[in-house]
Amino acid sequence: MTDNSVQEVKNTTCYMCACRCGIRVHLKDGEVRYIDGNPNHPLNRGVICAKGSSGIMKQYSPARLTRPLRRKAGAERGAGEFEPISWDEAFAILEERLGRIRATDPKKFALFTGRDQMQALTGLFARQFGTPNYAAHGGFCSVNMAAGLIYTIGGSFWEFGGPDLERAKLFVMIGTAEDHHSNPLKIAISKFKRDGGRFVSINPVRTGYSAIADEWVPIRPGTDGAFLLAAIHEIIQKGLYDRDFLVQYSNAGELVNCDEDDDEFGMFLRTEVPEEEACYDPQDKLWWDRKTNRPVVTHTAGADPCLLGEFEINGTKVKPAFQLLVDRVKDYTPEWAEGVTGIPAETIRRLAHEMGVTARDQRIELPISWTDSWGKEHDTVTGNPVAFHAMRGLAAHSNGFQTIRALGILMSLLGTIDRPGGFRHKVPFPRPIPPCARTPNHPNAVQPNKPLDGMALGWPADPDDLFVDDDGNPVRIDKGFSWEYPLSVHGLMHNVVTNAWRGDPYRIDTLLIFMANMAWNSTMNAVEVRKMLNDRDENGEYKIPFIVVADAFQSEMTAFADLILPDTTYLERHDVMSILDRPISEYDGPVDSVRIPVVPPLGECKPFQEVLIELGSRLKLPAFVTKDGSRKYRDYPDFIVNYETEPGSGIGFLAGWRGKGGEKHLRGEPNPNQWEMYAKNDCVFHYELPKSYQYMRNWNQGYLEWSQRNRITRYAEPILIHIYSEVLMRFRQAARGKGFSRKPPAHLAKRVETFFDPLPFYYDPLEAQVTDRHKYPLAAITQRPMAMYHSWDSQNAWLRQIHAHNVLFVNAHTARVNGIEDGDWIWVESQWGKVKCMAKHSEAVEPGTVWTWNAIGKAAGAWNLAPDANESQLGFLLNHLISEELPACERGSDRRVSNSDPITGQAAWYDVRVRIYKADEVAARGTMRAGKVGAEAANSGGGPAVGGGVAPVSGAGAARTEPQFPPLKPYPGQPERKSIWNYFAGKGGKQ
Amino acid sequence: MTQLALVIDLNVCVGCHACVTNCKEWNTSGSAGPLVDLNPYGKDPTGTFFNRVQTFEVGEFPHTETVHFPKSCLHCEEPPCVPVCPTGASYKRAEDGIVLVDYDKCIGCKYCSWACPYGARELDEHQRVMKKCTLCVDRIYDMRLTAEERRPACVRACPTSARLFGDIHDPESEVSKAIRENGGYQLMPEWGTQPANHYLPRRKTKLRIREDELERADNPLKIDQQLPKPGKAEPSLDDVTSW
Amino acid sequence: MHPAFSVVFLTTLIGAGQGLFLALFTVESYAAFGLLSPQPDDFYALGSAIAFVLLVLGLIASFFHLGHPERAWRAAAKWRTSWLSREVIVLPAFMGLVCLYGCAHWLGLNPVFAQLPSGAPVNLTAVLGSLAWVLAFALYICTGMIYACLKFLREWHTPLTVINYILLGGASGFTLAAALAAAVAPEVMPLLAGWALIITFLGLIGRAATLIRNARLKPKSTLQTAIGVKHPKIMQKSMGLMGGSFNTREFFHGQSRSVLRSVKWLFLVAAFFVPMVLLAIGLSQAAGGVLLAAFVVQYLGLIAERWFFFAQANHPQNLYYQSVA
Ligand SMILES: Nc1nc2c(c(=O)[nH]1)N[C@H]1C(S)=C(S)[C@@H](COP(=O)(O)OP(=O)(O)OC[C@H]3O[C@@H](n4cnc5c(=O)[nH]c(N)nc54)[C@H](O)[C@@H]3O)O[C@H]1N2
Ligand SMILES: Nc1nc2c(c(=O)[nH]1)N[C@H]1C(S)=C(S)[C@@H](COP(=O)(O)OP(=O)(O)OC[C@H]3O[C@@H](n4cnc5c(=O)[nH]c(N)nc54)[C@H](O)[C@@H]3O)O[C@H]1N2
Ligand code: SF4
Ligand code: SF4
Ligand code: SF4
Ligand code: SF4
Ligand code: SF4
Ligand SMILES: [Mo]
Repeated sequence: MTDNSVQEVKNTTCYMCACRCGIRVHLKDGEVRYIDGNPNHPLNRGVICAKGSSGIMKQYSPARLTRPLRRKAGAERGAGEFEPISWDEAFAILEERLGRIRATDPKKFALFTGRDQMQALTGLFARQFGTPNYAAHGGFCSVNMAAGLIYTIGGSFWEFGGPDLERAKLFVMIGTAEDHHSNPLKIAISKFKRDGGRFVSINPVRTGYSAIADEWVPIRPGTDGAFLLAAIHEIIQKGLYDRDFLVQYSNAGELVNCDEDDDEFGMFLRTEVPEEEACYDPQDKLWWDRKTNRPVVTHTAGADPCLLGEFEINGTKVKPAFQLLVDRVKDYTPEWAEGVTGIPAETIRRLAHEMGVTARDQRIELPISWTDSWGKEHDTVTGNPVAFHAMRGLAAHSNGFQTIRALGILMSLLGTIDRPGGFRHKVPFPRPIPPCARTPNHPNAVQPNKPLDGMALGWPADPDDLFVDDDGNPVRIDKGFSWEYPLSVHGLMHNVVTNAWRGDPYRIDTLLIFMANMAWNSTMNAVEVRKMLNDRDENGEYKIPFIVVADAFQSEMTAFADLILPDTTYLERHDVMSILDRPISEYDGPVDSVRIPVVPPLGECKPFQEVLIELGSRLKLPAFVTKDGSRKYRDYPDFIVNYETEPGSGIGFLAGWRGKGGEKHLRGEPNPNQWEMYAKNDCVFHYELPKSYQYMRNWNQGYLEWSQRNRITRYAEPILIHIYSEVLMRFRQAARGKGFSRKPPAHLAKRVETFFDPLPFYYDPLEAQVTDRHKYPLAAITQRPMAMYHSWDSQNAWLRQIHAHNVLFVNAHTARVNGIEDGDWIWVESQWGKVKCMAKHSEAVEPGTVWTWNAIGKAAGAWNLAPDANESQLGFLLNHLISEELPACERGSDRRVSNSDPITGQAAWYDVRVRIYKADEVAARGTMRAGKVGAEAANSGGGPAVGGGVAPVSGAGAARTEPQFPPLKPYPGQPERKSIWNYFAGKGGKQ
Repeated sequence: MTQLALVIDLNVCVGCHACVTNCKEWNTSGSAGPLVDLNPYGKDPTGTFFNRVQTFEVGEFPHTETVHFPKSCLHCEEPPCVPVCPTGASYKRAEDGIVLVDYDKCIGCKYCSWACPYGARELDEHQRVMKKCTLCVDRIYDMRLTAEERRPACVRACPTSARLFGDIHDPESEVSKAIRENGGYQLMPEWGTQPANHYLPRRKTKLRIREDELERADNPLKIDQQLPKPGKAEPSLDDVTSW
Repeated sequence: MHPAFSVVFLTTLIGAGQGLFLALFTVESYAAFGLLSPQPDDFYALGSAIAFVLLVLGLIASFFHLGHPERAWRAAAKWRTSWLSREVIVLPAFMGLVCLYGCAHWLGLNPVFAQLPSGAPVNLTAVLGSLAWVLAFALYICTGMIYACLKFLREWHTPLTVINYILLGGASGFTLAAALAAAVAPEVMPLLAGWALIITFLGLIGRAATLIRNARLKPKSTLQTAIGVKHPKIMQKSMGLMGGSFNTREFFHGQSRSVLRSVKWLFLVAAFFVPMVLLAIGLSQAAGGVLLAAFVVQYLGLIAERWFFFAQANHPQNLYYQSVA
């Protein structure tokens, strides 16, 4: 037997995906021998996923960039012709260019980052630089999920909270394939099932998690709002809602002005003039007390509000918010929803009953005493054990925000917010509704040589919080926080390239892209966007003059760079999963963690963190230099230890082991040995809250004060659930020309008025509204494969064997009706473009939906794959069919709006409508082999349609996806692309 | 006599492939390795793996079940692959029932793979010897590891703990109980191979809501909305009869 | 199964070699019992040499099947359980005996040890020949059993497999022997050609019987038993790999059903019908060339037959490898 003993085991944090599990890296002669899950880590408790287990192949991938590269003089962008330069040169170029921009017009520098985990640092850098043009991936990812729920319950799924499957009895998962909480969710679902819980999945497709659901409820994409509203209808009608919960913990009983002529129409009645402190919801609204039959201030001791009815106060017609909800869902019957969603009314009704009855009859009482915000002591914590989880299936539609509001309301009706068996927050959530961070609201926040006066991203509470100029025009390049997408709390990265190219709202100079593949899978309309990236104006200048890409691999995007900055891998760098960003907190308390290098950087790779610190120091950004302008931080680890949000604030990137000797947590002076202490503690800091602070945190006095004391939040006011959203109403009011705040430009008034409905409503996704449904009858969506992370993993020798190319899954009946056999080559066409790919019959997809795995298809030669690799020849990218813009619905205007949710700017990936038809004869002949041989194989052993010698599908010339792009060649410094890999750690990885 | 085996719970397997790549990762630098990958960055990448996860669709829309199905060597109790091996390279260990290949003896004749009905063996195209799941023999007896770690790599990795490991001959073991209590079954029983690995079938949790559960004593509508009473003027028996 | 050319050549070459030897020894036996006049030693020596060459070629071909031919000697270890191991022992033993047999004839070294009651001499070549005769059949049985013993390869798991190996090997060997006889021992040509015709005909019956049997086979393993789900409609969506694996290369022939059908008719014609006609012509016209042609055609036909033999076998593992996505 070979000696497989390991010489060293080092702990760090995985980054094969954003879940950030704790891992142990076993090394042999300095090479990675094995990576397993850290059993002591609160997140993954020893398990690891397919991606995490393939970290070795990422580390030694030939797609790695190893040297700073400059586009060769005269070479076209996109051609991938580069020459190596030194870091000194790279920094000199950046220092000169960025210095010039900062001294003149900082907004001409735009920094956008993809699926990264360091928004705390990149955000700090951008703000210090002074540009408003900063955002991370959230806008094209799931901002609807964040915003929809945070504006409703003060927290959300995603990294902010989740289902408590430990105690739930019924679990309803909606539109989730893989999620950010990858391993923890898998651990939880299986335990839940083993404990006898019932698992229902609502999804057009049955794969992955849905596969093990007790019931699969296929739904037409984009119609969940209808389902949820009908469920709400049924739950109210049957009286299955948790009245006590709604009364005490939501604004259901608060009285809304229903006088249409009143300036205050749609706003809550208040005891006094609202305070200007816009950051929390003052408790100054009214109930109609049932007992005394008159209005009282909410939460008056002894009072019990009417939830239904209509009343009059001083001649003003008022209704409890709940009554307005009841009015709203009156016509949203299960029968109506059946027609929209394709789910039988019977099923909708039954599911609503299951939710309601489980919530009521399987109630949990935990013997945990706590005190609520009104000073009332409780001996127990109650749980209504119905848990939900939802992700991009809801979020990635242009009606997602309102749909998710409906979900939040449904969860609240069932009384499941931050309760056992329901939804649970994760620190730093819950936050006030909306959270306190604001962007500046005027262009003069952007000044030469000054930091941005405010945050680049924030949470508008009313129109005055929008980041627009006096005419109502956007200040940001992505038009975030403008009247077009007022609550675009994560920006709109997906429109940056198009806007910058068009110069609308203005031209920029330098675009720095970090960890995003904006020429491929995170852009819509990839074919055109690639042209824009390479387009020149009348003077022959690039429309986007300078593009810098910081990446670890040879992605499609790197080809368009003028300057490439080679990043390290997660095994080579220091990193923090900071509480200032999106930490990995658990339900029971805050958790943050770090990465500590386990192997040295390859070649000249430099952590992007170090690049930012270096640049910040060179540009003399205040946070990175001392008073005399000299460099403040030696390097990134030094920065992490010593940086404080304000001098003496005691708040830094890491919450664990603060204070001189590491004796303090959450807040405390910098600790010079903080890294060592993290290293000693599995690279993770987990602060467990006392049990009495673990539930009901929106209204848990103890918790809120703890949170305030630790400066996690500024206010300790209770966070009432917004069944009725006055925040939205403020925008609607402005659109109606009422109120004291700013008003939208005329051409957007209608849009804002329509969509900023304070109660959820159902509307067809915007794209469907501008599509001929007869011509494009099918919805096309993508799903995350569990064994691949976005576009990252095609360079991974193991993972790409699992997903070498993608096919389009079509319901077998739908396919046959269209004359498409299993394995046929087909065209998928939307009104924006078309793609040729292979079709596969499936019984696990709703008949009106086609789907594929996301981001498997690649451009030829990218990722240092051979130009004839399956990814580019057989795989395809659905993004070519999705437009980043839609014609604005106004008549006679050539205006375009982003293909996004009109409230949040969330990219509407899953709205696209397509038709499919068989590809031409030549290709079809290739098909005969691919398809038929497979079909025959069952009887004759003919062979599956695999490459590798059996049925050469990939051989047929015509049998190739389209569009194709000229193959990229490897860049200088990239590792050799092996044709045989016999990986054996400790033998130079070679053998 | 001990018979170690895996029991795979299809009821919770989500088809994530963690067991696939973690197995590869453990074994390529272990006593079974290296496990070759051919064309790792080219057309039709293909390599040796001990464990694969496949997907099947059962039934017709909308009554479809999607079944994720992991498969590695089943360590048959009557392993047909062993007696056919001309060199003795394939053998079943008496002490724990693990079926192994001695790579130093194997001549790469592939005969054993023909004799395995499950397609559980893969020839390493570079070393040209037959390979298969070893049940991680190089982990499970390695006393330098903790007890928790002395389990197969795939079992430890599996995020849904769909993979159980233990002695199926010990009636008290976790695996025996799982088989007994959940209807554990063997693949292709028709060949008498007696696979040691077992699979646990899907199990459904249903909820039956009875009519009367919807008529609630705690109906909040009673509080908020006095259930509508008929007007006094509406017709009633009082109008037509007097007893 | 994927027909490996090493195995196709191995089995057809040694089959013919064995058959040729059996033909030689048949002649010698006839002669010993006085049913024929003694034939020149050259005939036996040359025949044995040819048989030996065929066996050597077969052996060489077999090495191409091995990942580690240098360890081939290890294959003798498990003769108690493995038919392959037995074949590995019997084949060289048989080759050795054929060699000795041929040499004995070539050198004319043929001491008589005893006399049978019938008067037939028990001489060296008779002893060697009888032993080789036993081994020839043992070898046929081993070769056949290598395939016939795999019970889930149902196309192979039948006594017909062994019988066919004997008959087809015998047929080609006798045909070759007849052609040889036409050149060096014309007197025995009719006997050999006659037997060749008979064995070819029996081979046809055996092979046809197998075809008929296999056409009626109902697969015992199904997707239902393969994954243990009892539902009439199961479809694989993904085999968990996309670029192919050992399992997709070793167990699939990669050809369409129509290719398979063509090969079937081709081998029926080339291995049986044409050789029978040619044998008949050769027999009646004493035309050595025609007999040689009969052998060549038959041998090519048997290559096709062997290809088909493998291709037709549908391994139950294939149930797990039906679909890529
Ligand atoms: N059609 C369709 N398109 C989609 C989606 C969809 O569902 N359907 N989903 C969208 C969503 S939610 C998201 S989040 C986006 C994701 O889209 P992106 O954020 O663009 O993610 P990727 O393209 O995978 O990866 C970005 C880059 O990060 C690089 N990278 C990986 N590790 C490192 C590292 O350690 N350092 C550096 N510097 N770079 C690294 C990779 O090489 C890659 O080039 O895609 C979006 N696009
Ligand atoms: N392995 C892996 N894990 C990942 C990622 C990855 O690339 N790979 N990406 C990470 C990122 S950036 C993100 S944003 C998360 C995303 O995590 P998810 O939101 O789980 O990812 P998606 O694949 O977009 O899943 C969308 C699901 O919604 C369904 N769906 C689509 N439209 C609708 C609809 O209208 N209604 C309903 N009910 N369902 C619908 C789709 O079928 C799909 O199952 O995953 C993260 N985790
Ligand atoms: S879920 Fe993500 S972070 Fe966790 S092991 Fe897998 S790839 Fe790594
Ligand atoms: S599964 Fe196959 S390889 Fe494993 S013991 Fe059984 S027959 Fe042998
Ligand atoms: S391939 Fe190796 S293990 Fe398999 S039968 Fe041949 S010698 Fe034995
Ligand atoms: S037991 Fe070990 S060798 Fe077998 S499949 Fe699991 S990890 Fe691989
Ligand atoms: S790791 Fe577990 S859940 Fe994932 S595919 Fe393997 S058995 Fe299934
Ligand atoms: Mo995302």
